[in-house]
This record gives sequence, C-alpha cells and structure tokens, in this order.
Amino acid sequence: MTTYDVLFTIAGAISVASALLAVSTKHLIHSALWLIVSLVALSGCYFVLGAEFVALVQLLVYVGAVVILVLFALMLTRAPIGRSHEHDTPLMQRAAALVVGAATAALLATVLISAFGNDKKRVDGGTTHALATRLFGTWVWPFELLSALLLVALIAALALARLPIGRRDTARGAVK
Amino acid sequence: MSDFLEIVLRSACVLAAFLVLPLLVGQTEHKVMAHMQGRLGPMEAGGFHGWAQLIADGVKFAQKEDVVPLAADKSVFRVAPALGIVSYLFALAVIPFGPHFFGANVPGSLIWVLAVSGIGTVGTLMAGWSSGNKYSLLGGMRTAAQLVSYELPLILVSASFAIAAGSLSLVGIAHAWNPWWLIWQLPGALVFLVAATAELQRPPFDMPVADSELVMGPYTEYTGLRFALFLLAEYAGIVVMSFLLATLWLGGWTGPFDHAIGWLWVLIKGGIFSFLIIWIRVAWPRLREDQLQRVAWLGLVPIALLQLAITAVGVVVTSQ
Repeated sequence: MTTYDVLFTIAGAISVASALLAVSTKHLIHSALWLIVSLVALSGCYFVLGAEFVALVQLLVYVGAVVILVLFALMLTRAPIGRSHEHDTPLMQRAAALVVGAATAALLATVLISAFGNDKKRVDGGTTHALATRLFGTWVWPFELLSALLLVALIAALALARLPIGRRDTARGAVK
Repeated sequence: MSDFLEIVLRSACVLAAFLVLPLLVGQTEHKVMAHMQGRLGPMEAGGFHGWAQLIADGVKFAQKEDVVPLAADKSVFRVAPALGIVSYLFALAVIPFGPHFFGANVPGSLIWVLAVSGIGTVGTLMAGWSSGNKYSLLGGMRTAAQLVSYELPLILVSASFAIAAGSLSLVGIAHAWNPWWLIWQLPGALVFLVAATAELQRPPFDMPVADSELVMGPYTEYTGLRFALFLLAEYAGIVVMSFLLATLWLGGWTGPFDHAIGWLWVLIKGGIFSFLIIWIRVAWPRLREDQLQRVAWLGLVPIALLQLAITAVGVVVTSQ
C-alpha cells in the first residue's frame, strides 16, 4: 500500500458514499449538494491517478457549471427546506434501480478484474501533454464529431428558445 | 523532512498573505472610495488615517451574536460561508510572486484558479437557498444566473492567454510573457477585468446583493463572523482576480531588476488592478438584470471569441 493507494481509496469511498446519499436523501437540494461532494471526490481520484487536467476540468465543468445549473433549476421550483415526500418513488422502482445499479457495478468489476487481475500497472498517461496528443492525434475525429454534435444541440436549443409559441393572431382567432 | 518543512512554510506564507492582502484591499477601498466621493473615510481607529478600521470591524463582528434563522436549513446555512473563503485560499496558493516564489506549483494552475473559484459560488448559492428567506432566494438565483453567464467569457480569455503562452501553468505563462502582449491581448484583458468584477458581484454588477431591493441578497440572514467571512471572501476574490490578471496580462514578476524585486512588481501590478476594480465600483451605477445578461452574452462573449481567434492566428503565424 502506497500513499497513493490510501488516498485513492479514501477519495473513492467518499465519492461512493456521497453518491448514495445523493440518491437516498429526502431533502431535495441536499441531493444536489451531495452530488457536488461526490463529483469533487471523483476529481480527487483523477488527481491521485496523475490526470491533473481531467480532474480540473471535472471540477470546472461539473461543479462550476452543471451542478450550479441544477441548483438554479431546483431554486426555480418549490424546493422546500426540510424533508419532502412528494417526489418519493414507488418501492418497485427503487428495487429495480438497486438491481440495475448492482448489476452494472458487478459487470464493471468483473471486466476490470478479468482484464487486469492483480497486476501492478504504472499509471502515467494522464499528463496534460499526453492527453492533448491523444485527443488531437488518435482521437481527433470522434472529438470533432462530438463537438459538432454539441454545436448542433446548442443552436437547436437557441432556436427552440426563440421560437414564437403559437402566433398571436391565430391564438386570438381560436378564442373567437 | 526538509520537504515537509518547505510545505509547512509555504502554506504558512499563503495563509499570511491571505489574511493580510484582503484587509489591505478593504482598507484601500474605504479610503479610495471616500476620497473619490469627497469624504475622508475612516479617520479615528488606530490614530493615523484610521488604519486599524478593519481590525476594529473584525472585533465588532466577532462580538455579534451568531443568529441562525428558525426557517433555515441549519447545516447548509452554517457551512456556506466557509466554501467561499476556502476556495479563494486555494486559488491564492498557486499565484506566483516570482519564478520560485509561490505556494504550490501546479502544472495546470490557471485552470486550478478558475475551477476552485467556481466552487466558491456554490457557497453563495447554498447561502441564498438555505436562509429560508425570499430575498435571499432571489439573490441566490440572480447569483447563479450571473455567474454562469460571466464564467464563460472569463474562461475563454484565460484560454487565450494560455494559448499565447503555450502553457497552462501561471509560472509558465509569466515566463512566456513579452511586451507585445500589452497590445495583442488587450481586448482579452479588458474582458477579463469586466468579467472578474461581475464574478465577484461587485458594483456595477451587484444585482444579486442589490441592497435597495433585496436587502443584502444571499447574505441577508447572516450575522457576526459568518457575515464577515462573506465580506472577507469578496476582498480575497479581488486579490485573487487582480493578481491573476497581473500574471496573465502584465507578466507577473517581469520588470526591471526582477531577479531581486520580482515580488514587488507582482504586488504593484496586482495593486493597480485592485484599485481599478474599486474605481469601477465608484464610477458606474448598477446594471439591471437584463442589461447585465446582455453585457455578458452580446458584449463579452463575442469579444472573447474574437480575442481567441486573434491569439490563435498570432501563435500560428509567429511559430513558423
């Protein structure tokens, strides 16, 4: 056990525990806040593995933007302070979610253990330079495709937001 | 063992800078604003031109009762002020005062500063929501809307500086700096200054705390030390943003005799930007919410994108 192992285990445990809290808490906003803890701990895992750039972008994008948007959206609803049971899911759904989650975890664990077993691997491919060479070398086409997809989604969202919902005169005609 | 000692020493220096610099900026704000408005500002505390005013303020805040409203979400309410202050402490740790004079040398320190100051905004949101007060909630929502809008131009122009230097590290960027940047990166620097003022929710971008309509926005229900922490976080934010811009656009420690007094250059350059941010507060009236969004999306983002294009062209042309 090196220091890295210990740190990785701690960060991973925090991440998993807060993720569980995020889906099980009865306080609506608390689940978004636990999500922040989980994402920060996950970025800690990336840090320990030496993928500094990925870790920082994880913080910048997920904590700095995505969760803030989630919080903003929650504040626009009637997110109450204290426990609320209005949004509780039925027991069946919870059981199904548990089964799916456990199955995915088992699948991932089996694949990883069968692929790597107990081998010791040096993890050193995560530096910013290495990442950039891979991203803009080997993986440049998927990367460009993804950015085109995001651009299309962005323009579409803008178009939807600016689209007039029902012409004013036709709406008036319908009333008559 | 010497490594350990070095880490402790560096951390202590960062903490000392974090406790001193924001107070200096706060005192400067008191005096500069007062003189710009034809007043004297604090004159009594400490004797000489009221130099101990903020220390007296601190003592006053510490004596006040720490009230948690009955309707508040207590745990979130208590944790919120800490987030803002800790995030700026982390940000200050990577700002270089010289080629070897910094708290920590992270290879991606530019993104580090931007990422951890994003965590600080979560603190404001938590404060706004957990107070159990409609003014606070409105303030929190305005904060979220404003910070998401202004984060984009801030990151875009930071990317422009990083591309120009070919490095994500603040030390690397300061090393790569040359005087041409003063013109080449000028639009980016202006966008950065405006967006940073907005990120700090300083006037004229203080719609979230607009005191004439929202009392004090997300901070309405806070008293005593927790309220002081929010104020301290604001001044720490000015320090971090000013020194960041000084490193990015003015080359940090670069200047005459910089091997001996590099740290002094950083302090002077950062001080200039802190002064500008204070001056902006006095000079412009508060922007309305829609004007605020308009400035971000129709003003700053296009200029930032243009700056990014100019930088990219410049880098490609000069690299051949």
